[in-house]
Amino acid sequence: MSELTSKTIAELRDGFRSGDFTAREIAETYNAAVAAAKTLNAYTVETPEDALAAAQAADEARGNGDPGALAGIPLGIKDLFATRGVDSTAGSNILKGFKPTYESTVTANLRKAGAGMLGKLNMDEFAMGSSNETSAYGPVLSPWRRKGSNVGLTPGGSSGGSAAAVAADIAPGVTGTDTGGSIRQPAAFVGICGIKPTYGRCSRWGVVAFASSLDQAGPMAKTVRDCAILLEAMAGFDPKDSTSLDLPVPQWEANLSSNLNGKRVGIPKEYRIDGVPAEINALWDQGIEWLKDAGATPVEISLPHTKYALPTYYIIAPAEASSNLARYDGVRYGMRAAVEGGLDDMYGATRAGGFGAEVKRRIMIGTYVLSAGFYDAYFTKAQKVRALIKQDFRNAFQQCDVILTPTAPSAAFGIGETTDPLAMYLNDVFAVPASLAGLPAMSVPGGLDGQGLPLGLHLIGNELDEQMVLNAGLAIEERAGFTARPEKWW
Amino acid sequence: MSVSPEQVRHIAKLARIAMSNAELERLVPELNNILGWVEQLAEVDTGGVEPLTAVIDQKLRLRADAITDGDCREAILANAPDAEHGFFAVPKVIE
Repeated sequence: MSELTSKTIAELRDGFRSGDFTAREIAETYNAAVAAAKTLNAYTVETPEDALAAAQAADEARGNGDPGALAGIPLGIKDLFATRGVDSTAGSNILKGFKPTYESTVTANLRKAGAGMLGKLNMDEFAMGSSNETSAYGPVLSPWRRKGSNVGLTPGGSSGGSAAAVAADIAPGVTGTDTGGSIRQPAAFVGICGIKPTYGRCSRWGVVAFASSLDQAGPMAKTVRDCAILLEAMAGFDPKDSTSLDLPVPQWEANLSSNLNGKRVGIPKEYRIDGVPAEINALWDQGIEWLKDAGATPVEISLPHTKYALPTYYIIAPAEASSNLARYDGVRYGMRAAVEGGLDDMYGATRAGGFGAEVKRRIMIGTYVLSAGFYDAYFTKAQKVRALIKQDFRNAFQQCDVILTPTAPSAAFGIGETTDPLAMYLNDVFAVPASLAGLPAMSVPGGLDGQGLPLGLHLIGNELDEQMVLNAGLAIEERAGFTARPEKWW
Repeated sequence: MSVSPEQVRHIAKLARIAMSNAELERLVPELNNILGWVEQLAEVDTGGVEPLTAVIDQKLRLRADAITDGDCREAILANAPDAEHGFFAVPKVIE
């Protein structure tokens, strides 16, 4: 039944419902595939018994004629989500051994829909990174390699394990989280789809906090339709998250349509930046042609504060992180360093030993920009620039219905190739502005570059208009005909 | 603005992260590099701009003033590195 792992979630769901195969067969096939792909280091914990239990319930529910929307579908869950009784460590040593006594709202929603869990997925520590190299579990290997090369490539980050799992067919779909591109850049690097919804669509309750004004959960999967199916199950109002949107969940899947007649696609001139490979700009031009073919009209737009988005992000995100990560004090959960002395010595040693270098760097920046005397110059200034960036998008959406850009300024790079923190931050140059504005945004595979690596196209929608993003994504997916798969070497 | 080794030591203390001198010295140029880069925000005219506080306009909800949770001490203490007599236990703070 190994062909089951090449099916989309829609195909698995429909085949399960019509009795072509059982949920048990799906779960067993995936459990075996997960166990056979340890080389990739995509999973930090495997939970085959969880997938089987959900499958059994799904098979019984089908017998009774009432399976849930995701009955029979086993999923991979990013390690940032709290899962009851299963290690939830955010890729950090400081949470080693943490087994939550509660379940995140998003994973609870997925379980309610009938989904099972294959395991927890590796990620950059506390979602801080763009290559999965900051994980305490070590980097994830992308299933993709450059043509004629054995160099290990990163699947991107921070949802690197999530991306690798879908690309390697060891999960039909996964959860990711996106603070400044952590769903979209890895999706682009491995040739899959991933959507970050409008801020507030998915509850943050039970998701380990990084930068609370930016963090959003979202799905990653093989197709646009699969993303719509998963997002419908994940989203929804949650009174336990104060910024959760009290709105009904749209029927994104039922309303999918690649007919873009009368729609205007904004092409922001500020996204033509120096140093981006010609192949990426060529794919962008191709994407414009595809959307025109679907009936849309391209319009040039201006987002004048684009170049300030990354520096704004690297004030706001570390500031919020330094506050959020103050909770790791060795008292309530996670590790505690064994050290002589008093309480302050214990705090200092626990945090010194528990956090990795990138997390410490960001806590230090965040602490500095929030400290007395510097708060206005850095943090308040950044929040003002953020308001201008938000206004740029408001103006742009007067002239267009969706925005098209490349997802990332490069294809996947090799593990260890990017060592300068600033160079690493530039990975998210196209992804971060939509995050700062809280807008829905998606990456869809567009093609391969000259090295044989996937490149993604990026769609940004207006507030709450995930449908437009998904529909434009579908139009690209139908025309790109992206069927390339990594050659199995693991 | 750039940070001195003394300032970095102070920030590490505020952040409660113990650091060796070697680590502090390594961080000084790294932080200055990042801070030098974010300084380009100074070029942006933000006169009369209100700092953004909510990225999607919404009112902060108030919930009913009712008990909805509780009586779960065991669950709360389950992951504590050290718990005694139903409390979190910490190193001695008073001699």
